[in-house]
Amino acid sequence: MTHELIIAGFGGQGVLSMGKILAYSGLTEGKEVSWMPSYGPEQRGGTANVTVILSDDSISSPILNTYDIAIILNQPSMDKFRPRIKPGGILLYDGYGIRNLSPRPDVRCFRIDAMDAAAEMQNDKVFNMLILGGLLRVSPIVKLENVLLGLKKSLPERHHKLLPMNEAAIRRGMEIVREVV
Amino acid sequence: MSDEIRLMKGNEAIAHAAVRYGVDAYFGYPITPQSEIMETLMAEQPWETTGMTVLQAESEVAAINMVYGGAGSGRRVMTSSSSPGISLKQEGISYIAGAELPCLIVNVMRGGPGLGTIQPSQADYFQTVKGGGHGDYRLITLAPASVQEMADFVALGFDLSFKYLTPAMILADGIIGQMMEKVVLPPFRARRSEEEIVQESPWAVRGKPAGRSRNVITSLELDPVAMEVNNLRFQARYRRIEEEETRYETFMGEDADYLLIAFGSSARICRKAVELGRAEGLKLGLLRPITLWPFPSEAIAGYAAGVKGMLSVELNAGQMVEDVRLAVEGRVRVRHFGRLGGMVFTPDEILSAVKTKFELKV
Repeated sequence: MTHELIIAGFGGQGVLSMGKILAYSGLTEGKEVSWMPSYGPEQRGGTANVTVILSDDSISSPILNTYDIAIILNQPSMDKFRPRIKPGGILLYDGYGIRNLSPRPDVRCFRIDAMDAAAEMQNDKVFNMLILGGLLRVSPIVKLENVLLGLKKSLPERHHKLLPMNEAAIRRGMEIVREVV
Repeated sequence: MSDEIRLMKGNEAIAHAAVRYGVDAYFGYPITPQSEIMETLMAEQPWETTGMTVLQAESEVAAINMVYGGAGSGRRVMTSSSSPGISLKQEGISYIAGAELPCLIVNVMRGGPGLGTIQPSQADYFQTVKGGGHGDYRLITLAPASVQEMADFVALGFDLSFKYLTPAMILADGIIGQMMEKVVLPPFRARRSEEEIVQESPWAVRGKPAGRSRNVITSLELDPVAMEVNNLRFQARYRRIEEEETRYETFMGEDADYLLIAFGSSARICRKAVELGRAEGLKLGLLRPITLWPFPSEAIAGYAAGVKGMLSVELNAGQMVEDVRLAVEGRVRVRHFGRLGGMVFTPDEILSAVKTKFELKV
């Protein structure tokens, strides 16, 4: 089984670290993993994306043209990656960042209002964890317990006091994601 | 899960492998996309554990000349940079080759020419395997295609370099440097002691004991008769390396109609293109040179009679393709496909290129 994901949004939204947590989670489950960022001069506000592959077999290309799952956090990324989701794939997007959503009947589409939920939790920084929770709900490609382990591994020890808050955000994300028909 | 399986970037793997190999010193100057090498070394603080020196030099030129000095004293020394910085080091590399010294140089290539971009490229192939610096020298060139190979080639590069007393380069690119994958790091080994260096590297400058003449480290020889003798010695060494150290691997090459030839990250992307092609009935195969010099010419020539065409797939405008053509001597059609300046092809684009370049109706 192989899962090919793209996570795309603005720099500062936690796109790369969300991908890293998924990669660590896959590692914990004994999978082959690759994490390939669109590194560049981009910082907060610029576009950022990361290709994450989790597989039971060895991974050939870390660069892909189509994806099983696209997690889209802003409009430019939606325009770029929506056509590149495989038929039967999954599109998960944040409701706040997306204005135009042209339909793709061959793809299951999910909306999560993570920006709003982060504001409710009075913490912008858990935005990506809400999204991650949404993903785990609609496509449990890794087990929640391993995500929590992955989170612990990818966070420096000095930030481990933040783990409960991140876990709460993941669980909240699982609650608020909904399918768009 | 074994403790030794880690998830890290290729650049980080190089740094960890260097400490574990018992490297004596790293000299570098920061440049994207390879800055994590020195950042990781600085964070690891190996001077506290193995005694390894990690120094940010004032420039790339200074760093390569520190490597020259360190290598002359028999130490295991290395530097790393990315394309524009590697250009700056070329004079030093030629001197080190001329002085018959071992060292490891890492180039994590980015798009050029000039300062170019910071995105992945393989456009320094010519520079690396055809000279770069002046004079008739060769650079042992290893092309890693995974984070694991980034770690493994540190040891391989040093081993070959010390075996043949000539510099070695790891020629990587921004993809392999920046991507994270699983890696098993090598075990720790000790740095060489003073006694071991004197014994194993008797040419090293470690102070002159009574009873032997001075060791002299230089690339200068003003007598052309003597300089020709030096050059003949270098050439004999290069022939030996070509005979004994050529490395490559193949993927589904046995029954292939069309052979892709690619190194480093391009080989990874090609592997997927081979799978996509096979899925639609197009018999593709892949040959990946692991050493770019020495180049696996014989292996490639061995496929010339059996395939209908060869496609050299590179992140440049067509460099390795020249060596493929030299290898097959006109016996089979050889084409090139590339993206330039930091743009990267996808597996689909490579598959389309095979069809277009060989006029296949699929």
